[in-house]
Amino acid sequence: MDLVWDGIAQAFWLLVRGDRETYQVILRSTQVSGMATVLSVLVGVPLGTLLGLSRFPGRNVLIALVNMGMGLPPVVVGLLVVITLWRSGPLGGLHMLYTPQAMIAAQFVLAFPLVTAFTLASVQQLNPKLRTQILALGASRWQMLLLLLREARLPLLAAVMAGFGAVISEVGASLMVGGNIRGLTNVLTTDIVSATGRGDFARAIALGIILLALVYAASLAITTIQQRTRPS
Amino acid sequence: MLRNVLLALAVLALLSCSRQAAPTSTQLSPAATPPANPELVLATTTSTQDSGLLDVLIPMFEKQTGYRVKPIAVGSGQAMAMGERGEADVLLAHAPDSEVKFMAGGHGVDRKLVMHNDFVLVGPGGDPAGIAGLTVAKEAFTKIAGSKSLFVSRGDNSGTDQWEKKLWREAGITAKGQPWYLETGQGMGLTLNVASEKAAYTMTDRGTYLAMRQHLHLDILTEGDKSLLNVYHIIVVNPNKSDRINHAGAQALSAFMVSPGAQQVIGEFGIAKFGQPLFFPDAGKPE
Repeated sequence: MDLVWDGIAQAFWLLVRGDRETYQVILRSTQVSGMATVLSVLVGVPLGTLLGLSRFPGRNVLIALVNMGMGLPPVVVGLLVVITLWRSGPLGGLHMLYTPQAMIAAQFVLAFPLVTAFTLASVQQLNPKLRTQILALGASRWQMLLLLLREARLPLLAAVMAGFGAVISEVGASLMVGGNIRGLTNVLTTDIVSATGRGDFARAIALGIILLALVYAASLAITTIQQRTRPS
Repeated sequence: MLRNVLLALAVLALLSCSRQAAPTSTQLSPAATPPANPELVLATTTSTQDSGLLDVLIPMFEKQTGYRVKPIAVGSGQAMAMGERGEADVLLAHAPDSEVKFMAGGHGVDRKLVMHNDFVLVGPGGDPAGIAGLTVAKEAFTKIAGSKSLFVSRGDNSGTDQWEKKLWREAGITAKGQPWYLETGQGMGLTLNVASEKAAYTMTDRGTYLAMRQHLHLDILTEGDKSLLNVYHIIVVNPNKSDRINHAGAQALSAFMVSPGAQQVIGEFGIAKFGQPLFFPDAGKPE
């Protein structure tokens, strides 16, 4: 238990003293996972809306794929992204392996099925009559879509949160495609792994506490928005 | 329509963020004449990374030459697999038998002796197998097997793992598959933690053990055998492996590692923190 207290004390000191490396790692974690989440929202929300509102043959097959995507094992995604980005791989020419961009790509693959599935669920839980009603009031298809998404905004926030929460705490894929290079691709989770490997448990626990605090802060921010904009 | 627009936006966002990376990466190399291709992938052993030696050597090299090294800490086994595929430009490995095969297979073009440290057998203070004070590794392994004491192996085909397997073979013992023989498949640090928690024996490089000693309930029990020497070589990967190999950079790093400046740093590394050096510089010495 003394290690945990050491860790808490060290986390406090790392933050208060303004340890540059620690702040860089926090910033990188947030940037990489934030960007991955933004991209997943840009792809997942339209995709989820489309799947939720339209009916076409093979729709169930696609939805099943999305649902499977929610449980994608990060190490498998990491492995596939690594092989793709290898010099000898199909996208080797991009020179993206062992960069934050590669980590964003891997985390995007992990997050967008989550966002898509949550969007799908939140669009489907809207009253189907709402759609006909909006159209009957003379709205264009665009206006209808925006209105529907507006109605579904609270569950959509949950989609964002789920995506961000999944990727910021993910380690397998980030370690493989980023390589945990100090000062370039080490994020909170990969740093925790390497600090543990080095036997630097206090630092590992300190970073773990910071990671928890970060996830909590993000979740608090979203909860606050949710509670404030709750439709009466 | 909406979907197309948003997809296009997503692609744009992805492109713009990959563009942003280029300027930041060049900002990091302040050398006067940056090399044409500054990026260099070094596949290295976990022991050099975990001990912190590379955190000293690599910035020194980058400052002198303007290259930007990406050290990927993997076991020697994976490092050589990366070299064979041309996924790494240069390797720092400590698995001499595999390295010789690697060179014979034409995967590397230049292999230089850099340094050594040594392996030690560590175990619980109680020492159920009674190996404390032994100086012949083979005897210690025989005693551990004879008393069926728990032994934790890396099992990750790293240099340390290959060396340990070789010692078991030389002692005439089939350890793999025995109930007292555990394999973690992980790096040295994690394996030491497992051995410590399970009150088991393990073989470790001295550097990682010293770095982690304060958290471990393990003592050095057998040391000093010639068969426990742990030798590191730097290997320049054959540039024909891939047209994306940074051969000039690999040669520059290889030359740097055996230069007097780097060798001095290697010899002094760890003295301040542990009261003893973790590595011994060997450049230019016979094998």
